[in-house]
Amino acid sequence: MLASDGAAIPIAGGTDLLVHWPVRVDAHDRTYVDLSQLDALKPLSWTADELVLGGLTTYWDVIRDARAAREFSLLGNAARQVGAIQIQARGTWAGNIVNASPAADGVPVLMAYDAVVVLESRRGREEVPLDRFYAGYKEMKRRPDQLVVAIRIPRRHYSYQVFEKVGARRAQAIAKVGLAVTHSGAGWRVVAASVAPTIRRCPAIERLLESGTPIASPEAVAGHRSGRRSHRRHPFERALPHARDGAPAVSRPAGVLGKAGVTPTRRVAT
Amino acid sequence: MTTLAVTFTLNGEPVSLGVDPAARLLDTLRYQLALTGTKEGCGEGECGACTVYLDGVPVNSCLVPTYQVRGQRVETVESLDPGALEPFERCGATQCGACTPGVVMTASWIREHPELLDIHSIRELMAGNLCRCTGYDGIVDSVAEALRKT
Repeated sequence: MLASDGAAIPIAGGTDLLVHWPVRVDAHDRTYVDLSQLDALKPLSWTADELVLGGLTTYWDVIRDARAAREFSLLGNAARQVGAIQIQARGTWAGNIVNASPAADGVPVLMAYDAVVVLESRRGREEVPLDRFYAGYKEMKRRPDQLVVAIRIPRRHYSYQVFEKVGARRAQAIAKVGLAVTHSGAGWRVVAASVAPTIRRCPAIERLLESGTPIASPEAVAGHRSGRRSHRRHPFERALPHARDGAPAVSRPAGVLGKAGVTPTRRVAT
Repeated sequence: MTTLAVTFTLNGEPVSLGVDPAARLLDTLRYQLALTGTKEGCGEGECGACTVYLDGVPVNSCLVPTYQVRGQRVETVESLDPGALEPFERCGATQCGACTPGVVMTASWIREHPELLDIHSIRELMAGNLCRCTGYDGIVDSVAEALRKT
C-alpha cells in the first residue's frame, strides 16, 4: 500500500498525527496505514555490539529497561522529558525521527549516540546514519514506501553524557533549546535541538572539544562583558564539559555558538 | 460514510461497533458509547483529562484513533471504584472537576503499580494531568495517602 500510493501515511502511536484532530478536517480524508499492531516491531533488543530499538519501541519501553538506563542514560533521561506517561506509553522513537521536528527530544540523544536508522520497503533494506538523515526542515532520506523498522545504537563506553532541555516547565513542554553531548572512543558528539531547521550536530564545537581548545560559555562571556556574573547558568554551560568534569577546560571563541542563533527565549531552571 | 468494524474489551465487556475512520477513542467513548466520564480538555495530549487505560497503561484517548484499539482492553473512569475519589476530596484536590476523571485514572494506576515509585516520583507520574483549580500539592498528597492505605 505504501509502495503503490505515496500519499499513505504510516501511523504508530499517533501522538503527533492526532493533535487537534477534530479541526484538521483535511487530514481526515487521507489514507493511513496503521502500524500499531505489528508486534514484531515493538521490542527493543540487545546484541553484543548494539542496542536495537524496534520501529514501534516506545519511550516507556526504554524508561522501563534498566539496562538501557545504565548504558545509555540519555535515552531514559530524554524519554522522561517527553510529555508524561500518557505520551511516553504511545510515542515511539521511530515516530520522533520521522516526525522530523527540530524540537524533538528523542532525536538529539539518539544522534549523540551515533544511531543508525534502518529503513525497509519491498525494494529492500537501507541504513542511514541519523546525523545524515535530515536534508532540511521536515525533509529526510526516507522514501514514502519505506518504514523505519529499527534504530541501531552502537554500544560504547561513554566517559561523558549530558542532555539538557530548556522548556517552559519540566513536563509536557516543547524544547526551546536542547543539547545532547557525549564523549566516547569515537570522539565528542554535540547535538543541538531547536536551533536550526533540523536537529543537527555542531561540528565546530566538536572539533574544539577534540582539540582541547578552551571554550567559555555564552553566559560567562556575557557576564564578563557586563562586569557581573549571572547566577543562572546557560543550558550550554550546563551541558558542555568543564574542568571539574575531568574534561579539558573549555572557553568559547566568540561566534561559535552564536552562529547557530542559540539564545533561549526564557531561562527557566530545569 | 465508510465505517470500520472494531471489536475491543471495554471495562471488562466485549464491544463491537462500526466507527467513523476519523473517530478518536475519546469521541467513540463519549458519543457512541455514552461514557461521558472521560473528558475532553485540550485535544492535544497535554492536559490528561481524557486519560483511559489501553491494555492497562494510561493514554490520552484524544490521541488514539478508535481503530487502533481493536482487540485491546480499554478501561475508563466508569470502571473505577468510586472510593478512588475520596482521598482527593479529603485533600482539597478537586474543584471544577474537569481534570478529576483523568487525575483519578492516573492516580489509580500508580496505586496498582507502586513499584513505579522505585524510579519515579508521584509528581513525575502525575505530570500528564493538569489541574488549573487546585494546584498539585493536594493531588500529590492524595496519591500518597491512597498508597499508604493500599
